Amino acid sequence: MFGIDVTEPLQFDFFRNAILAATMVGALTGLVGVFVVLRRMSYIGHGMSHSVFGGAVVGYVAGFNFYVAAGLWGFLSALLINQTTRRRQIGADAAIGIVTTASFALGVALISRASSITRNFDAALFGNLLGVSRTDLWVIAGVLVFTIAVVFFFYKQLLFLTFDVDVAPIYGVPAGWIDSLFALVLAATIIASIRIMGVTLIAASLVIPPVIARLLTDRFAVMLVLSTVLGALVAFVGMFVSYHADIASGASIVLLSAALFVLAIAGVTVRNWLRFGHPVLATRELTSAESKALFD
Amino acid sequence: MRQSTANDIIRLRDLSAGYEGRPVLNHVDLRIGAGEFVGIVGPSGSGKTTLMKVLLGAVDVYGGEALVDGRSVSPRHRPSVGYVPQLETIDWNFPATVEEVVLMGRAMQSGPWPWPRRADRADMARLLERLGMVPFRRQHIRNLSGGQQQRVFLARALIRNPRLLLLDEPTSGVDIKTRDDILHLLVDLNREGVTVVLSTHELNAVAAHLPRVVCINKGVVADGRPADVFTTEVLRRTYGGEMVVVKQEGMTLVADSPHLFDELATPVIARPEVPV
Repeated sequence: MFGIDVTEPLQFDFFRNAILAATMVGALTGLVGVFVVLRRMSYIGHGMSHSVFGGAVVGYVAGFNFYVAAGLWGFLSALLINQTTRRRQIGADAAIGIVTTASFALGVALISRASSITRNFDAALFGNLLGVSRTDLWVIAGVLVFTIAVVFFFYKQLLFLTFDVDVAPIYGVPAGWIDSLFALVLAATIIASIRIMGVTLIAASLVIPPVIARLLTDRFAVMLVLSTVLGALVAFVGMFVSYHADIASGASIVLLSAALFVLAIAGVTVRNWLRFGHPVLATRELTSAESKALFD
Repeated sequence: MRQSTANDIIRLRDLSAGYEGRPVLNHVDLRIGAGEFVGIVGPSGSGKTTLMKVLLGAVDVYGGEALVDGRSVSPRHRPSVGYVPQLETIDWNFPATVEEVVLMGRAMQSGPWPWPRRADRADMARLLERLGMVPFRRQHIRNLSGGQQQRVFLARALIRNPRLLLLDEPTSGVDIKTRDDILHLLVDLNREGVTVVLSTHELNAVAAHLPRVVCINKGVVADGRPADVFTTEVLRRTYGGEMVVVKQEGMTLVADSPHLFDELATPVIARPEVPV
């Protein structure tokens, strides 16, 4: 089409690795993002990626493996945010701001002390799909499988706790335990995604697909599937756009997501305009039987 | 104060409880027998919701003891009761249908799979049928009327087959007909043996019709039949203001003190006529 061989980049090994990694990361962030968005913690993706960056720098300086250092740091940050949030005087946004920016600042401080290590963290800051290794692929696949397993086996508890954090423990849901598990999943997601999306763009990939899915459905289970598929699809298509338009892959994926969001919001608004005669966002008309039952 | 019965489902002994080290309830003694229907009344901040949360094991206990069904209750030992929270606390934009919300009541009982068991579906269908909610089962909860929303959360509580049902202001913000329907439903459940404890702000429309009322303000002020409990003195101690109690033909009606309106009205009444 238009004289462009869309499949051309697939002949390159690095691109095949990159598109596989991006698609898995898109699915992963789409899935985890549903809980992040519904718990009204969209800012956490932004904050956690900054926090993990700090951990990665500390790990590098101390001679630890990237995944081990960033993983431990990310998990501890998530727990610390959870605990700080539970104190009534401090809101979740403030807790995330304090914990994660302090961690990021530590990373920046260490880098500024040793300018020779700056280049190694360019990938973490801005994403680098060209250098996706086999190890990266295995880590991403492992985190994706782990996350799907957690969501599958703790679906009911996660749903209840996300919907009604006060009542779920009253009905026996082990809130502390499930929150810790979610913190682990979130930290693992950020760490698996950081080299692909970069610190600066992870938040968008955690937030945009779930928000689009929410616009399109009123059912939690459907939203989970839709957000996961959308995340993967946007990443997959975004990689080709990135190659052909010669722009950074992380930016390409996020811009494509944002365009899809605008389309979704416009579509829902127009649909409701046609139904109600005025623009009502993300709602729907009751059927006549329902209206009768409601008001008769 | 009500005396002990042989079969208490709730027993609070010299209980003090609250949040983050600050007691909201002090030295509360209360007994509620199995099968009773009790209303908790009191002003905002008097501890109605805290009392509910004590019974749910959701607040810190600083002194005394709370027993539900003979077992001590705490955040570590929560009793299996049905609880309907205030609807104001619900996120109505959350993507959840009636079915999904009702099945949350079985979140910890229905096995490891994400889908409900056949028995859970059957119980849910039976409950929705009873509550007249079958046509709305796949509706998003935001698209329901206030009474229907209340029934959804009642169904979520009832799917646990509780012996004790706690409702936090179940008639708040609903119209008269819906309030009536909810109360009749609760009476039916009570007749089937479910102990019902509800908190309410509505003295005339709800509390005055209940068999037993407990007035609280940081502690128990009075406890008994509405006709006995609703006196000017008790209401002054509970609400801190003057209220008029009218008893006529077996009915007890509570009215706010008209003094404020007198003051507002006096200048108007006293205004001299202006010749035209």
